[in-house]
Amino acid sequence: MTQATYMDAAPYQDDLIKKFVLAATFWGIVGFLVGVVIASQLAFPALNLGLEWTSFGRLRPVHTSAVIFAFGGNVLFATTFFVVQRTCKVGLYGGAALGGFVFYAFQALIVVAALTYVLGITQGKEYAEPEWFGDLLLTVIWVVYLVTFVGTLYKRREPHIYVANWFFLAMIVTIALLHLGNNLAIPTGFFGGSWLKSYNIYAGVQDAMTQWWYGHNAVGFFLTAGFLGIMYYFVPKRAERPVYSYRLSIVHFWALIFLYIWAGPHHLHYTALPDWAQTLGMAFSVMLWMPSWGGMINGLMTLSGAWEKLRTDPVIRFLVTSIGFYGMSTFEGPAMSIKAVNSLSHYTDWTVGHVHSGALGWVAFVSFGALYCLVPVLWKRERLYSMRLVSYHFWIATIGIVLYITAMWVSGIMQGLMWRAYDDLGFLQYSFIETVAAMHPYYVIRAMGGVLFLVGALIMVYNFIQTILGNMRDEVPYEATGYVLARG
Amino acid sequence: MSLQEIYQLARPLWTVWIFLVFVGIVAWAFWPKNKAKLEEHGSIPLNDD
Repeated sequence: MTQATYMDAAPYQDDLIKKFVLAATFWGIVGFLVGVVIASQLAFPALNLGLEWTSFGRLRPVHTSAVIFAFGGNVLFATTFFVVQRTCKVGLYGGAALGGFVFYAFQALIVVAALTYVLGITQGKEYAEPEWFGDLLLTVIWVVYLVTFVGTLYKRREPHIYVANWFFLAMIVTIALLHLGNNLAIPTGFFGGSWLKSYNIYAGVQDAMTQWWYGHNAVGFFLTAGFLGIMYYFVPKRAERPVYSYRLSIVHFWALIFLYIWAGPHHLHYTALPDWAQTLGMAFSVMLWMPSWGGMINGLMTLSGAWEKLRTDPVIRFLVTSIGFYGMSTFEGPAMSIKAVNSLSHYTDWTVGHVHSGALGWVAFVSFGALYCLVPVLWKRERLYSMRLVSYHFWIATIGIVLYITAMWVSGIMQGLMWRAYDDLGFLQYSFIETVAAMHPYYVIRAMGGVLFLVGALIMVYNFIQTILGNMRDEVPYEATGYVLARG
Repeated sequence: MSLQEIYQLARPLWTVWIFLVFVGIVAWAFWPKNKAKLEEHGSIPLNDD
């Protein structure tokens, strides 16, 4: 238990949050590392090692689940529990017991999921690969999570529920809905088959539509709404400025909620999905431009009057750059959902580049910013071990992202153009293997970008270890120190 | 009128009333009288420790 050292303070469950911060950091490194491995496999197929367990097909879900759910999930647990306690001015509902259950059960689920993927046990649904037993475990974890979060809101001592908590609650509720809707599967064990295999109750295009209703809203509510909650707390906190426009944040929230849930069909353009549903998905995706940019402006303008912190506080630099990437990838996404654009971009590396500008630039950068804020506060240190190392992390990771996404843009557009090129006689101009060969240099550049991103994250790990040990690096400080959160 | 008929009648109106709810939220948020009260909440992260 954490004992508050000052009068009238709520006994916050900070030891629990420490565990989530450490888990997020650990799984982050694992996820980035597996990402580098599979990027290298695409460039150099020999790295598949000829073994089924290490083949790209099995390691790819390990990478996506590790970065989205293990890294992103633990970041969300850490920040939601931190923010809901602070902004409600009460300790976590259910205390160490319920919070601890969420922690250990979630880490166990990550291990189970990763092992089953490597062994080839999977539902084969993108971002929803765990088989039915993993899905059931997540359902229990998620219900307990919802109870702790809503319970804390219910006993709050602050009359108003701060907007970050609205985004967090929307994330928790919608993920529950998506998870249950998309994983309605029946194990074949009931019919004399294996208990390690199940079939979804939907089939054909209904299955595809349910999958992408899930898939896109995992992006919209897990990777967007959840991390926007982080933005709405940590950006004002770190900049020591109130939210630029609280009224805009209310409109941002509701516009996002009303629109996002309809965008899924843009993953199924030019498929068996009825045309009207494709057009509906496209229209709602394009409308999402408005709340996304409203939110971006709100986040960026919170810095107004404190812009010099971009120069003096590398943690603010992470947070602000993440908002820039949020704006960029939410501009690109609606553009790619337009059917004419999608006919070129779909199934190409352009999609992969788009996803990573969102995942690395937005989700990971806002997470790094939040983690850099949290570690000194949770371990009651005056400041981080080194702000210079934060800056190195920032620049190395940024160069990594730029290499990654530009390589994928060039590769993707080239790939799309090659696929649709005809010769004078009306035959396809290129065989598929020619397009694969043409992508090789870009795959090498992408892998190098991934290596830089991983190196940056390892610098962060070193910085955390030294901070937790209580060391301070002897270095020239930036002009104004931004150790706002580090008052302990 | 059976429940089924009411459902059939109400179904196409979802878009309309959800849109009206949203317009109501925007109007409430940007109603000049509410400005001071709402903008005050923007400082909550700064007053929590």
